[in-house]
Amino acid sequence: MKLRTALLGAVAAMGFAPAAFADRGTDGEVKLTFPQAVSIMNPYLSGGTKDIYAASMVLEPLAGLSPEGVLIPKLVTEIPTVENGGVSADMTSITWKLIPGLLWSDGTPVTAADAVFTWQYCTHPEGGCSQATKYEGVANVEAVDDSTIKVTFDGPKANPYTAFVSALSPVIQKAQFEACLGAAAPTCTDANNMPIGTGAFKVVGFTVNDTVSMEANPNYRDPAKPAFATAMIKGGGDAESSARAVMETGEFDYAWNTQIPPDSQAAMAAAGKGEFVVAFGTLVERIEMNTTDPSADLPEGERSTAKHPHPILSDIKVRTALSMAIDRSILVEVGYGAGGKPTCNVIPGPEGWASDNTGCLTQDLEGAKALLEEAGWTDTDGDGVRDKDGKKLKLLYQTTVNPIRQDFQALVKDWWTEIGVEVELKSVDPGVFFGGDPGSPDTFQKFYADVEMYANNSESPDPESYLSQYMCEKAPTPESQWQGENINRFCDPAYDALIVELGTTTDLAKRQEIAKKLNDMVTKDSMTVIPLVHRGTLSAHSNALGGVQINAWDSELWNVADWFRVK
Amino acid sequence: MTDATTTPPKPASQLREIWQQFRTHKGALFGLIVLGILILFVVFGQFVWDPPQRLSDTIKMKNQGPSLTAPFGTDQLGRDLLLRMIQAGRVSLAVGLIAMLIAIVFGTFVGIMAGYFRKLDGPLMRLTDMFLALPLIPLLLVMVMLFRDKVAGILGPELGAFTLIVFAIGITSWMATARIVRGEVLTLKEREYVLAARSIGARSNRIILRHILPNVVSPVMVAATLGVAEAIITESVLSFLGLGFPPDFPTWGRLLYDGLQYLQIYPERVIWPGVAISLTVLSVNYIGDGLRDALDPRIRGR
Repeated sequence: MKLRTALLGAVAAMGFAPAAFADRGTDGEVKLTFPQAVSIMNPYLSGGTKDIYAASMVLEPLAGLSPEGVLIPKLVTEIPTVENGGVSADMTSITWKLIPGLLWSDGTPVTAADAVFTWQYCTHPEGGCSQATKYEGVANVEAVDDSTIKVTFDGPKANPYTAFVSALSPVIQKAQFEACLGAAAPTCTDANNMPIGTGAFKVVGFTVNDTVSMEANPNYRDPAKPAFATAMIKGGGDAESSARAVMETGEFDYAWNTQIPPDSQAAMAAAGKGEFVVAFGTLVERIEMNTTDPSADLPEGERSTAKHPHPILSDIKVRTALSMAIDRSILVEVGYGAGGKPTCNVIPGPEGWASDNTGCLTQDLEGAKALLEEAGWTDTDGDGVRDKDGKKLKLLYQTTVNPIRQDFQALVKDWWTEIGVEVELKSVDPGVFFGGDPGSPDTFQKFYADVEMYANNSESPDPESYLSQYMCEKAPTPESQWQGENINRFCDPAYDALIVELGTTTDLAKRQEIAKKLNDMVTKDSMTVIPLVHRGTLSAHSNALGGVQINAWDSELWNVADWFRVK
Repeated sequence: MTDATTTPPKPASQLREIWQQFRTHKGALFGLIVLGILILFVVFGQFVWDPPQRLSDTIKMKNQGPSLTAPFGTDQLGRDLLLRMIQAGRVSLAVGLIAMLIAIVFGTFVGIMAGYFRKLDGPLMRLTDMFLALPLIPLLLVMVMLFRDKVAGILGPELGAFTLIVFAIGITSWMATARIVRGEVLTLKEREYVLAARSIGARSNRIILRHILPNVVSPVMVAATLGVAEAIITESVLSFLGLGFPPDFPTWGRLLYDGLQYLQIYPERVIWPGVAISLTVLSVNYIGDGLRDALDPRIRGR
């Protein structure tokens, strides 16, 4: 299906291209619905995906990412590389060349000064820029001339494509935002709600937390695009109702984030008015093993810290047995349907980065039982629960309150009970679980449980920073106010060394190889993380909307300029 | 009526009289039968209906509609809904009834003390006001958060959660009863028969137990019936927020919440627990209504 729409889009684009000017705005209105309403059109002031996606129709970065996770030029003539001289040989600077004659939607020219300003805007010490990580390590951005932007880093940067790449760091107009630097940024309501951009559409009306109305940008660089004269994003409701608005009633053309149960998906798809598309990024639902002892008998401040290794889970045989007992395909079938795939990797994509590790995909209950026997866990008192040295094989399994996760808990508990493990379930309000409050005992960082389940993903296709989460020093401890990403308290000097090596490796093939090795170290080699399901973002589009190409690495609306009405 | 007050009737005949009056209330009788059936259903249901419970066996049977093998259908994991309703009902009914009992006993005690003893009136009623002013759900959340692990450590996760929830709901829903009872007691204690009892030297505890308590039973009954419904619903709220029972421990409220997302395709998942909660609340309310009439000597005489 994806291939078909892609081909349709390509055919349509070719068909329209020679017709030039006359084809812009001939297809009427395109209507989008988001379950969460858009509250601001400036991605630098919002961490919300809904806002970033909506803004991506108006504001554009220098380069974006294709559905395959490959860089594609947007406002520049080509992607700078070491080969074409755009990236300096020592990897300390990158030079972008703007397309000549590029105009903002108000008719003024786009210059390198705008990019320099964008950097100043986001890195202003008094401003709270949500995308500051995109500009981390950037020492200077300068305008070599009107159309040349040079980004200098404070050291060799293995992945220089961070600033001005993807919908998270678009270029904003200097003239419009000049008075909005630093602390003044949130007060510029007009600029934040109706930014002037280079995208296919421009904002003409904005009702906060409700509707964004747009019309085709008269100065868009391709005179034949966009095919739609106007666009509208309506927010609110829930995943179920927005999916219905596209798949059953046909009120809308596109619905973002329509994660609904597999049965409902099938029922809606059967109506034949639209189809679901899935963007598979790096989001993996996993069970994390606690390598430290969370026992309540330990004094506060020593619970779940490296001082006390876990009495049961420190044995790799137990961890392996727990993974073997799980049938991941049933989990996918029950929880996600088309929106998920079974996986054994922490890094499930993009293609080149994912390890070929598939060993966990077949369930092996007998093998799991045998492994537990081997590890010394036997059922001596015949109550169905294994024990060793008078200690029961009992685990506390926590996750957030979420119907799918509760189903997963029930299933996993069933399999684990089968192999003789007693499981106690616990579900925590997601606001508390992910809230990071050091005073709460129920946060996922504190990990006052034996195993816990949640989903996590890499922000960019290059997983370096994501993988570095499992370094020893990143473990949450009382000293770090329980902040830190190494939830399992996994600690392997070899792993840390490999991360350092990854940071200095610039060759892509080599980087991918190291990433795979790192992925295997936390998954199949140590079974510290048990990946379960590779989750996609499920969106829906009507059959009357053509050109949709779902993208997990950039905004889903990355090619909105190519969308057209199927007649 | 004059006969009844001059020569105290024997307790047995009084009970019979109440029953006679209760029987004439059709709704109450109906409520009693329905509640009886529900209680029988949840207490003995599992002896009669015991399908396979291992998920690895049932998963192939998921999402079935009502049939002979699964009269209520199965859920998204293939679990038999009839069985889940039986297990869930045991918890929900127990929570409702016990929490109500705690609230009633405590509320009545506070109400009588405040109404009867002038000196206690001020402090006790201010305490009631204070409890009424507390935001209920946040208070419950804090209580559960603080004590869950400790109670679970002593009583085990399931019994621990049960005790804590029942106690938490009971302790936060006695205020209405206390106020109603106090009001009633204030008027009762000025009645001639109470003054008469006091004038012949009856002690306070005797007056309260013999003359006042029987006369406040009817408003207490009404408050109690409403309390059951409220307790069942509060338990659902707590489970919904992840602070009630462990997630694999079904209650009617949780079944309702779980079924919500399947409302369109499998409406029965919401209908079963919804009907069960409604029937319980309705029948308890009718029983309360009937009891109030039956216990009120003024109505009973007619």
